[in-house]
Amino acid sequence: MAVLNKPPVTGAGRMNGILTWVDQRFPLVALYKSQVAEYYAPKNMNFWYFFGSLSLVVLVIQIVSGIFLTMNYKPGAETAFASVEYIMRDVPGGWLIRYIHSTGASAFFIMVYLHMCRGIMYGSYRKPRELTWIFGVLIYLCLMAEAFFGYLLPWGQMSFWGAQVIINLFGTIPIIGEDLAIWIRGDYNVSDATLNRFFALHVIAIPMALLGLVVAHLMALHETGSNNPDGVEIYETMDPKTGTPMDGIPFHPYYTVKDMVGVAVFLIVFSAIVFFAPEVGGYFLEYNNFVPADPLATPAHIAPVWYFTPFYAMLRAIPSFFNMQVWGVIVMGAAVMILFALPWLDRGKAKSIRYRGTLYRGFFAAFIVSFVILGYLGVEPTNIWGEFPKGLPVVGGDYVATWVARVLTAVYFAFFVLMPWYTAKDQEKPVPSRVTF
Amino acid sequence: MTAIVHDQVDERKRRFLIVATTAASAAAAGAVAVPFLASWFPSARALAAGAPVQLDVSKLEPGQQVTLEWRGKPVWVLRRTPEMLAQLEKNDALLADPGSKSSKQPDYVKGPGRSIKPEVFVAVGVCTHLGCAPTLKKEVGAASDMGKDWPGGYYCPCHNSRFDLSGRVFNGSPAPTNLDVPPHRYAENVVVVGEDAKGA
Repeated sequence: MAVLNKPPVTGAGRMNGILTWVDQRFPLVALYKSQVAEYYAPKNMNFWYFFGSLSLVVLVIQIVSGIFLTMNYKPGAETAFASVEYIMRDVPGGWLIRYIHSTGASAFFIMVYLHMCRGIMYGSYRKPRELTWIFGVLIYLCLMAEAFFGYLLPWGQMSFWGAQVIINLFGTIPIIGEDLAIWIRGDYNVSDATLNRFFALHVIAIPMALLGLVVAHLMALHETGSNNPDGVEIYETMDPKTGTPMDGIPFHPYYTVKDMVGVAVFLIVFSAIVFFAPEVGGYFLEYNNFVPADPLATPAHIAPVWYFTPFYAMLRAIPSFFNMQVWGVIVMGAAVMILFALPWLDRGKAKSIRYRGTLYRGFFAAFIVSFVILGYLGVEPTNIWGEFPKGLPVVGGDYVATWVARVLTAVYFAFFVLMPWYTAKDQEKPVPSRVTF
Repeated sequence: MTAIVHDQVDERKRRFLIVATTAASAAAAGAVAVPFLASWFPSARALAAGAPVQLDVSKLEPGQQVTLEWRGKPVWVLRRTPEMLAQLEKNDALLADPGSKSSKQPDYVKGPGRSIKPEVFVAVGVCTHLGCAPTLKKEVGAASDMGKDWPGGYYCPCHNSRFDLSGRVFNGSPAPTNLDVPPHRYAENVVVVGEDAKGA
């Protein structure tokens, strides 16, 4: 038996005995060494590398605050809105738990968007980390589903009409669309049945998938090791004496301690929002959602929460062709799905933006700018920038913002679709063999 | 005890058993999924709640609109004035589908009015774009805050779809079709929404 052959645990003082007992029955020491104490990470990781661990911190915040919210929340068209107000007013500390959860939702997307931006900038999606990237995009999809299902639960006006609009997106699919929308709602309209199934998906189904994907994401990462701002593989330069990477340092204690500084800064900002401005001017919690859902009256202006608005702006900008409006939905879906193809679109030799040429940098900057402006346009009504004069060809009489959104949608897609061309043609700088500072 | 010798293993039989077991399990798993997926369709109670609703239209003033709730959706009953009906005839050039050919309406409503009684317009008040509720902008011209050329109609605040007072969509709106006209019939002056006219 292996139990008898395993050496006893040393170096833990009085704990040696109990840890030896555990280690002979569970791979405790082996896991600790391979995943933490002897997992070597590049020593040049900068502040962009905080957002991965911070995403994990927000996930824990959301799970804990979510569990406590379900203890007082009552799903159901008759009870949901009142139970949220009950949590806000009557449950001791309920307002804090709910604001933590609602702020956490937006914080999650901020961390994940910055984390993804880092991955794109430094080429972390490139070989051999394609699967880490793909698991990451799947996490992003789950996160969007989780946010969408969760947003219906307070049963306010924006909950109701947001769900109405998104479910009707499926109704635009030719032939099966209408029945599909009824199947998703479980009724002819967004109703009690819809609310209850969204609750089940939000608190059980999606979180379980999310946790599984996070484990897969981390396992794939630890198989290949982390990338770094230079895009240099640290395992290609090993120290012959120790057999460890020359440019690597153990994850613990070096990065655990560094990440804790990031967590502290994050919690300061997070607490400031929770305590002083939980609505963030209507961006984190929309004002119309403090009005109970009314199926007979649409609010004058419907916009999703900020993290969906870049895609919503694309949806809104695409007109209907051939009496079908499915095109906007296709474009919106493609804008997310194209992320999966990223590892195979990039033909550059350098991974990191540090050694890319002006072509890549130009396309990358245009991509970021288009995403941010689309996000802004998605929050605002389409008439925000007025109309073109009637006499102009093609655009005459149309909203200016609609055409800006169309151009920016093209820019967004150009970053991906033209990538095989401009990354191959780009004048790159030589990549060093070792990391730099 | 007989030792198992590798070349005595029947590889074909083993492969057949693996494939057969996998296929049978997949079929069983698929069959078990059916009741779970079916549970997402509207329940018997939701189906029963889709019962018809009624309104006495003789009580409506000319130009007045009442909103009924049918299957959880708003249904408008608008009593149109002769001026409104006259305007409908002139809208054709502005409309995407003036004859309502690709729009959802029962066979017994025809023409520009899209109604059984010309003056009473019944429609599902749900924008055919993405399901918001358009608002009534019945005044002609600038009085509706819709520009001075506005011929009167409905406006959807979500994505700026515009419809005339027969629920027909104007060119340039994101909505692909005219507003749906629900099945309805009259019992004297009472409109019954959710039931087809007899003999239609």
